[in-house]
Amino acid sequence: MIPTPEIAWRAIAPELALIGGGVLTLLIDAFRPHVRRGVLAFFTLAAVGLGSWFTFDLKDTRAVVMQGTVAVDGVALFGKLILLATCAMTVLISYHYLSQRRIHRGEYYPLILFATAGMTLLAAANDLLLVFLALELLSLCLYVLAGFARRDAGSQESALKYFLLGAFSSAFLLYGIAMVYGTTNTTNISQLSQVAAAAPDRLMFFAMALLAVGFGFKVAAVPFHMWTPDVYQGAPTSVTGYMAAGTKAAGFIALLRVFMVGLGSLQWDWQPVLWIVAVLTMVVGAVVAITQTDLKRLLAYSSIAHAGYVLIGVIAASREGTASSLFYLLVYAFMTLGAFAMIIASAPGGRERLHLNEWTGLGQRHPAFAGLMTLFLLSLAGIPPTAGFMGKFFVFKAAVEAGETGLVVVGVLTSIIAAFFYLRVIVAMWLQEPSPGDAGLGPSPALTAGLAIAAAVTLAVGVWPQGLIELARNAGVFTG
Amino acid sequence: MGVLTWTLWLPLAGAVVLAVFPRERHAAIRWWAFGVSLGALGTAIAVLARFDKADAGFQLVEQHEWIRAFGASYKVGVDGISLWLVVLTAFLFPICVLASWNVVRNPKLFMGLLLGLETAILGVFLSMDLLLFYVFWEGMLIPMYFLIGYWGYERRVYAAVKFFIYTLLGGLLMLAGILVVGFQASSALGGLTFDYEKLSQVAFSTDIQRWLFMAFFAAFAIKIPLFPFHTWLPDAHTEAPTAGSIILAGVLLKLGGFGFLRYSLPLFPDAARDAVPWVVALALIGIVYGAIVCAMQRDLKRLIAYSSISHLGFVVLGIFVFTIQGLSGGTLQMISHGLSTGALFLLVGMLYERRHTREIADFGGLAATAPVYSGLFLIVALSSLGLPGLNGFVGEFLVILGAFARNRVWAVIAATGVIFAAVYLLWAYQRVFHGPVTIEENRHVPDVSLREAVALLPLVAMIVLMGVWPKPFLERMEPSLERVRARVVQQEPVASLQDAAPGTGG
Repeated sequence: MIPTPEIAWRAIAPELALIGGGVLTLLIDAFRPHVRRGVLAFFTLAAVGLGSWFTFDLKDTRAVVMQGTVAVDGVALFGKLILLATCAMTVLISYHYLSQRRIHRGEYYPLILFATAGMTLLAAANDLLLVFLALELLSLCLYVLAGFARRDAGSQESALKYFLLGAFSSAFLLYGIAMVYGTTNTTNISQLSQVAAAAPDRLMFFAMALLAVGFGFKVAAVPFHMWTPDVYQGAPTSVTGYMAAGTKAAGFIALLRVFMVGLGSLQWDWQPVLWIVAVLTMVVGAVVAITQTDLKRLLAYSSIAHAGYVLIGVIAASREGTASSLFYLLVYAFMTLGAFAMIIASAPGGRERLHLNEWTGLGQRHPAFAGLMTLFLLSLAGIPPTAGFMGKFFVFKAAVEAGETGLVVVGVLTSIIAAFFYLRVIVAMWLQEPSPGDAGLGPSPALTAGLAIAAAVTLAVGVWPQGLIELARNAGVFTG
Repeated sequence: MGVLTWTLWLPLAGAVVLAVFPRERHAAIRWWAFGVSLGALGTAIAVLARFDKADAGFQLVEQHEWIRAFGASYKVGVDGISLWLVVLTAFLFPICVLASWNVVRNPKLFMGLLLGLETAILGVFLSMDLLLFYVFWEGMLIPMYFLIGYWGYERRVYAAVKFFIYTLLGGLLMLAGILVVGFQASSALGGLTFDYEKLSQVAFSTDIQRWLFMAFFAAFAIKIPLFPFHTWLPDAHTEAPTAGSIILAGVLLKLGGFGFLRYSLPLFPDAARDAVPWVVALALIGIVYGAIVCAMQRDLKRLIAYSSISHLGFVVLGIFVFTIQGLSGGTLQMISHGLSTGALFLLVGMLYERRHTREIADFGGLAATAPVYSGLFLIVALSSLGLPGLNGFVGEFLVILGAFARNRVWAVIAATGVIFAAVYLLWAYQRVFHGPVTIEENRHVPDVSLREAVALLPLVAMIVLMGVWPKPFLERMEPSLERVRARVVQQEPVASLQDAAPGTGG
């Protein structure tokens, strides 16, 4: 008789909570199709809360469990907290928005929960196969979510593009995993770290390149970013915010684990490649964003540029670098979700102000609204005293310590270009005359709560980041 | 909490309280802002009173934990270099509030930003931690950007964006420099720290110093602004509202000079010495170029803006000749320029409120219609062009004296700037105030009102006081400046200094 493998229930409890919540909301929606959406949203938030509680419960545990496939370490736990926070924020900002756009169907909540479960698994995956499975779980949910506004051609286009390019990137990743297995006879990241250096060079480089392409797609790094603006533009805005914050964080954490742990011994080989990718990402993201007039596209290019800054922390290839990347991802999640939530709140009835011209003069008509948007934009631009500045500073610090001053200079110069296009929105809001016939705003209680949280985090971390930085630094260690 | 923390945060606290004021209660908002800025002035005077003039180091120092992970702390202190700049800042802000008394467009936001700006500027002067310094440095950008962009004149958006991008460019390069400073010093200091006092004891290798000097130089040269980094200044000054111009000219530009004295010279002495020929050349070009361009201006406000480039060339020259006369002259010139150019912008703003034009050609014969105004304008203009007995003379004279000891040619070129200043200012004065009244509107220009007099008279009083009795100013700054000088010339062979003086000049 074959012994059944031991299951570490506690270690996967956060994912179980999310999947359980997903199944529960799915069943409620199936058997009670006319249930109030608030019930589903409540269960979703409850599942996220439970998942967070289980994650906190693991804070002193450091292990690799489930036959070496799931890591419980600082990186995984910190990553899970980012992702759970992202999920909760997304529920808050999408609740009224979906109703107003008349796309408030029940399956939204299980899809979000399953996607989050995939993301948290990705953050903890210590085996390339689990990396692939988790990535597919989250991607499949997101393909559906991107096309959630079924009657909207833009949403359909977004879903189709995301699906096609996502399938490509998954294939790249899978091919890379196969190559790794072929050369080293293992898919386990911990074991890979011991044998990677001894593996035949050419095959290993090929595998590494394919893995980099696969992850590059997911985190929207140049030159694998082509899908980002179209998908971000077409998807419902709450989904876009979720993708920007969540997928990027999950993808980066997996990338960190694969490259820092699994391929850590080949650091000198992948650093130059990622160096070029990072520079391209920062430059292209910032430069192309200048000409954008659609706010969602603008934020899409901004998300590309920010991927470049996170890559700086990856390239530093140190504990400090990992910690700074994690910190950056957390900060970025809150400020970018805040910015997307502002787009949702910008007009009543689910109509959004998407074109820059619709934002003119908002500072005069709605100063509090414009002030909040300005806060998020300044944070994205990295101007103190906001969280975005602290994130950038942390990443730059790690890079300087790792001897990557050149990268910091590129980061600094592209920040100026980036500041210019964030400034365009601020100029439109405050310094241009309002267009006649203003439609008003569309705030709702849940959305306002989400915005308040995002703004509070953005400001508080900008002024007093000590606690969160310490947390990230303690978390910046891999087990295995 | 010490007096410095009070000085620093009082304006911002006032701005936060302002948020609860109803939007349409303009009078209450104005008086509140005026009261808060007076309160900050009071605390600044308390700082002045408690300042020990014999002590060259930092005084009234306070330190609290901030970001341990980055080795950054909340550390503030004041020394002879920053003391007068702090007092100047606190002195100019109540005047700015008075100058903006008639702002009709959202005065609540205006006053809030103005008070926030005051905290940011004071923070730059008081910070003794490089990261804290940087946060205030960039924090200054946002309120200033809005002041220009929201309340400025016709081309305000262009000017505001240009100002923002230029300043951010310099600032971010400095940020990279700050990081490298901290990292390079961490092995010598046993851990990453951004504490200024600790960092200023570290001797960086000359090679690294050059790079760092350039990174910091980018920020300070743009700010002060040194030729050829000055092109943002005429636009920003011209388009800004009166209060914005007063702050820009009065204090913001000084941050560049202050940065040289506080950071560039003591931290990177070798690189600073090597840079002297280049920096002095740029400063001299700035002095002469700014003066010539001034003479060509048709717009009165633009003229004063360009005169700043010329006057601040003196500041840079004084700092980079590394003699105690030059350093004191440069620092004193910063204060003088703050007072006289602040007053000039205030006067031009008053003129604009009356006539809604700044074109020199639109005026003429105002001396007859507004005699008090003309008289005040004359005093301030004379102080700006360096008439002995008024404040401008002391600083410029000391700078030229200091430059003369180093290199006569420098002194001669710099002196032409003083002559040019007389030409362009007096010529402009003549066109605006003398001659017959050619345009009908100029016949009925009202003279200075009580509020305007309250704003102007303290400035004029200080202009005269500094001119006839500069000793209290100089004696408080000299010990600290001597410390900077000792640091920057310590390794330089004494002979080369003596050679330089008569050598190339003669």
